Amino acid sequence: MSIKGINLQDYQIKKWDYTWHPIEKGYNNRTLYINVGSKEVKEKPVSQQMKEKFIGGKGFGLRLLWDATKPTTKWNDPENEIIISPGPIGGITQYSGAGKSLVVSLSPQTDSVMDSNVGGFFGPFMKFAGFDALEIQGKAEKDIIIYIDGTNHTVELYEDPGFSKDSHLMGEELTEYFAEDEKDAKNIGIVSSGAAAEHSLIGMLNFTFWDNKRKMIRLKQAGRGGIGTVFRNKNIKAIVAKISGVQGNLNNVADMKKITEPGREYAGEMRDLDDKQNQMKKKGTANIVNVMNDYDLLPTHNFKYGSHKDATKIHSDFLRDKWFTLGINDGCWIGCAMQCAKGVDGFELRTGPYKGTKVIVDGPEYETAAGLGSNMGIFDYRDIIEANFYCDTYGICTITWGTIMAFIMECYENEIINKEITGGLELNFGNADAAFEVMHQCARGEGFGKIAGLGVRKMKELFAEKGWGDPQFLQDIGMENKGLEYSQYVSKESLAQQGGYAMTNKGPQHDEAWLIFMDMVNNQIPTFENKAEALHWFPMFRTWFGLQGLCKIVWNDVTPSDNKLEDEPHKIPKHVRNYLSVYEGVTGTPLTEEGLIRQSERVYNFQRIFNIRRGFGLRKHDAQPYRAAGPVTVEEYESRAERYDEQLKELFGIDPNTKSVEEKMAMLREYREAQYERLLDAVYERRGWNKNGVPTIEHLKEIEMDLPELIEIITPLQ
Amino acid sequence: MKIILNNRTEVFDKNNMSISEIMEIKNFSYQKIIVKLNNIIIEKEDFKNTIVKEGDNLVILHLLAGG
Repeated sequence: MSIKGINLQDYQIKKWDYTWHPIEKGYNNRTLYINVGSKEVKEKPVSQQMKEKFIGGKGFGLRLLWDATKPTTKWNDPENEIIISPGPIGGITQYSGAGKSLVVSLSPQTDSVMDSNVGGFFGPFMKFAGFDALEIQGKAEKDIIIYIDGTNHTVELYEDPGFSKDSHLMGEELTEYFAEDEKDAKNIGIVSSGAAAEHSLIGMLNFTFWDNKRKMIRLKQAGRGGIGTVFRNKNIKAIVAKISGVQGNLNNVADMKKITEPGREYAGEMRDLDDKQNQMKKKGTANIVNVMNDYDLLPTHNFKYGSHKDATKIHSDFLRDKWFTLGINDGCWIGCAMQCAKGVDGFELRTGPYKGTKVIVDGPEYETAAGLGSNMGIFDYRDIIEANFYCDTYGICTITWGTIMAFIMECYENEIINKEITGGLELNFGNADAAFEVMHQCARGEGFGKIAGLGVRKMKELFAEKGWGDPQFLQDIGMENKGLEYSQYVSKESLAQQGGYAMTNKGPQHDEAWLIFMDMVNNQIPTFENKAEALHWFPMFRTWFGLQGLCKIVWNDVTPSDNKLEDEPHKIPKHVRNYLSVYEGVTGTPLTEEGLIRQSERVYNFQRIFNIRRGFGLRKHDAQPYRAAGPVTVEEYESRAERYDEQLKELFGIDPNTKSVEEKMAMLREYREAQYERLLDAVYERRGWNKNGVPTIEHLKEIEMDLPELIEIITPLQ
Repeated sequence: MKIILNNRTEVFDKNNMSISEIMEIKNFSYQKIIVKLNNIIIEKEDFKNTIVKEGDNLVILHLLAGG
């Protein structure tokens, strides 16, 4: 739409003034509450206990959501909230990757607690405007826009005068409206979703950042778990934060030197080593597409296989050499040396409502390339990039969509669903055009696209209810756990990674633990005790990023040249020490590695008990679909027959030639399922949980998280 | 030859292979690795001319990727 002639003051439904004060050592010490139904706007103080126990980011989100909801609250009840919080380190510009926010809500997919991390400008700008978190409750009667004006210190709510729905347009329109001129565009951060979020359960949120070189907005995504669906269900069209500019020390940190010194060293590592290591500046996270294929880890045809002969066509070199614009500032937050938010410029769309338009596409990142590519049997970056664009602007998660479509394609090829059900679409693996049509239908709220938008778990239930396919087979191949779709790694040959996926608090996302190399390739963690230790340390360490406003990629995607001399090089100890220094630099409080892990443990256990409070969070909810652990089909077994036969020989002393494939599959399954149960036992013990996966009271006392409301929940389950 | 590679026994058709040859056979293409032969760190530029022999203990530690 044209914004000419629009004056949002004509649409104002609420204005609330506040007194701004400077941030103190990373904290504003207050949060912002907005009820979009009652139009109540207020600030809430942040207590010392909240800072000590919950730190910020996801911790603040979980605390606020717990207090705002009942165990029976549903995702689409007005009392459900969306909370956005960056954390105390969030917004610094002297150490890379410090612009992240965590978004927390009750998920339409899992019916439990969801958290999703995202870059972009909104989180830091909201913090600079005066608030450690934004807590949105209620449901507006009509579409609204929320404006946090950090320049005049007001919060305003407007009825939507008709801004576009899809994020690539709405982001530009709102930036143009709120920026006084082009120079001011860098001071605007926007949260929005898109058309598909209105008709599906898998909606995501886009967070803009201003690309000063390209003079346009870019998009980063809080993708997982359907929070964009909650956003649109609350009739929120967009949230805008504006500030008067980013300066060197808006966080008013305690000791800047403790941040700048490691920050400079880190930037030097990126300058000197990135080209010889992952080439993050040239390929972004997609640098591992070909690596995953080489190690048999690239999900192909709904996670059946880990590699494919056509995967050479989506080698990451093509992104670097043909698609990505190089030599341009691609950081999603100011001061980040990693520069991995790659983009494809001038991409001409060939399908959908924007057919023929030339656009910038943010990505593809690794997960997107694997999800919208190999996992759907599509090996053409042109198709992957087109799907990437539409997922973003329609407001749906690329990871989720890839796993959904891969499941649908396998169901189609197994005649569980057919053309009658799909409305004539031939949804074989590799049929990109048919897959595009499903996505466009989802955005229009039509046809089979609406069914796809339910997600894998609800599709499994629907198909079983309709008598389409064998429910056990659907369960085995439907790659979800807790209702959330798997992200894009094949975990079959790594028991630790199976735990890294299915034991997560929110569902199988790789942000807790990525242990495949340590386990499968390096054989560093051969015993259950080793695996349990890794499944304690890594999820806790990585949880910490989400408490602080930090990006986890910065930790591990470049490695110092002397890392090989460290005792535990896989932890990249120098970068861990950097984080301890940065934390102390911001807050003024010294922190040890043990203290860091303890901060995370408190929040991690709180989230586990939050799940229990909502009827989840027990051992049975950590169960995985069998495809995550082993071969479901004969062709899957045969694709790795040598490896599986060898394992059976070693484990059971049998001659594989004397058994049928089906017999061998059954033996392997029994063994692998038993191994996973042993893993659960070991990890629960290491985490201080009982056999049912419930934190023990003693453990909560030990980590000083024995809050009465938690003890009340877990006491009957001890 | 039989060697220990990443704590597992591995048998190769040839004797006296370079680290580069072993990596090629194993399809170890990832760049962020630490290589130790009999507990001595081997620099990348020496992979081609460092020979692995029967009974050697070779560690090719892949650092984290992904996630």
